[in-house]
Amino acid sequence: MQGSANAIEISCVGKWFGDYQALKDITLTVPFGERLVICGPSGSGKSTLVRCIDRLEAHDTGRIVVDGIELTNDAASIAQVRSEIGMVFQQFNLFPHLTVLENLTLGPIKARGLSRPEAEARAMHYLERVHIPEQADKKPGQLSGGQQQRVAIARCLCLEPKLMLFDEPTSALDPEMIAEVLDVILDLAVEGMTMVVVTHEMGFARKAADRMVFMDKGEILESAPPEEFFTAPKTARCRKFLNQILQH
Amino acid sequence: MRLKTLILLSLTLFIAGCGQLNVWGWYVIDPRTPAGWINIKFLLGGFGSTILLSLIAVSLSMVLGLIVALPGMSSRRWLRIPSRVYIELVRAVPLLPMLFWVFYGLPVVLKSMGINISIDPFWGAIIALAVSDSAFTAEIYRAGIQSIPKGQVEAGQTIGLTYAQNMRYVILPQAIRRILPPLANQFIYIVKMSAFASVIGMQELTRRANELVVTEYRPLEIYTLLIVEYLLLVLIISAFVRWLERRMGADERG
Ligand SMILES: Nc1ncnc2c1ncn2[C@@H]1O[C@H](COP(=O)(O)OP(=O)(O)OP(=O)(O)O)[C@@H](O)[C@H]1O
Ligand SMILES: [Mg+2]
Repeated sequence: MQGSANAIEISCVGKWFGDYQALKDITLTVPFGERLVICGPSGSGKSTLVRCIDRLEAHDTGRIVVDGIELTNDAASIAQVRSEIGMVFQQFNLFPHLTVLENLTLGPIKARGLSRPEAEARAMHYLERVHIPEQADKKPGQLSGGQQQRVAIARCLCLEPKLMLFDEPTSALDPEMIAEVLDVILDLAVEGMTMVVVTHEMGFARKAADRMVFMDKGEILESAPPEEFFTAPKTARCRKFLNQILQH
Repeated sequence: MRLKTLILLSLTLFIAGCGQLNVWGWYVIDPRTPAGWINIKFLLGGFGSTILLSLIAVSLSMVLGLIVALPGMSSRRWLRIPSRVYIELVRAVPLLPMLFWVFYGLPVVLKSMGINISIDPFWGAIIALAVSDSAFTAEIYRAGIQSIPKGQVEAGQTIGLTYAQNMRYVILPQAIRRILPPLANQFIYIVKMSAFASVIGMQELTRRANELVVTEYRPLEIYTLLIVEYLLLVLIISAFVRWLERRMGADERG
């Protein structure tokens, strides 16, 4: 532990794409152990926010501090922050030319200096955790979407992150595969993994979230525990969004 | 097979030409006469230099092209601009002036810097060919690397790979199937352009043909054979390129 009680501290962050302001004065603190779910309409800046936390985008104003380390242009601190974060993408982003096992061992071997046997043992351990140890020698292209996303989650776990970011982990999946991925994430939540999940799966949010955040047009409009969030949304925009999404 | 028909066609032309002695003087390279045989051996002796020259030049160009291409894809302007300038500049210079400059000019520049090396025709030709080709190689790398989805780079970053590791283990292995076939094609270009090395005295195919023409005075026959020699080389390489393209395509599906 770095000694910081907060996994993520975001204060007054702004982010522009050219003239377009994608994030407006975002302030958000995520203590260790919290499961935060972010929702909001398309284009509201959810991905941008999550990507800023992993420095896949650089924020323009304000401060982002991850486990006591401020994100700046300094390569060493970016590397340090990334080593504490596991990032799961909507499109899985597995390496198609490598086997599942190689996908899982690449980071531990090259970035962490583990020996191959150590890395493979660890990879098999986490493949069992996501219930697909038998797929270790296949290429990602031979797996179903749900299996690919579980491999992507295992790839993060192999690096033993302190917190995980999920950007719409089930949006690219066929409906029948959503549950198997959400179950894996739920297991992690139950075990106490700190996580920020962007999702529109409200059933999952109710079960997993300690806190809900609603974003619209680059701003955080609501931040509340799930029971309060779902029963008494404060803003009209959030109410409208929840009505739309819960109808389906 | 297209390769076989083309070779057969050129051989037929060659032999048909041998029959009409009033137009052609094939005796200069008639393998049945001792003099003709010596001439043929002299001409074919250029293959080694042409092939070696082209192989070294294309290898250097592949390395140089990567060194030029990588900063060209940076998000930082000060890294991108030199790469862009190099590519535009080198692409604009015709090979022959480049060759003259490297062979006659570069030693003078080096000498003024206190470096005393003479550049022989072999290495002069290699440097000029490699530099001139590297601008194209760089563009091939760029196209190949940019064809890889951005998510792959990002996934590599999030699992903690450095830029070099990301290139080495994630990006290049995937880009290679888009890069190798056009690079092999570029090899054909180098083989053809290596003929210019003759003007600075490099003893390759073209130079030997020229020398024989001067002593035997049978330009028609000797240059015809010269063309057939290049044709053969290029056909072999393009058969290799097609094989490579098929293999890369098969890999992609598998
Ligand atoms: N690289 C970029 N360049 C320009 N504009 C961008 C870029 N990335 C995002 N944007 C814009 O920023 C805004 C927020 O995008 P973002 O992807 O964060 O939204 P989102 O909430 O994740 O939406 P979705 O639910 O569709 O994923 C959008 O209007 C988008 O067009
Ligand atoms: Mg998004």
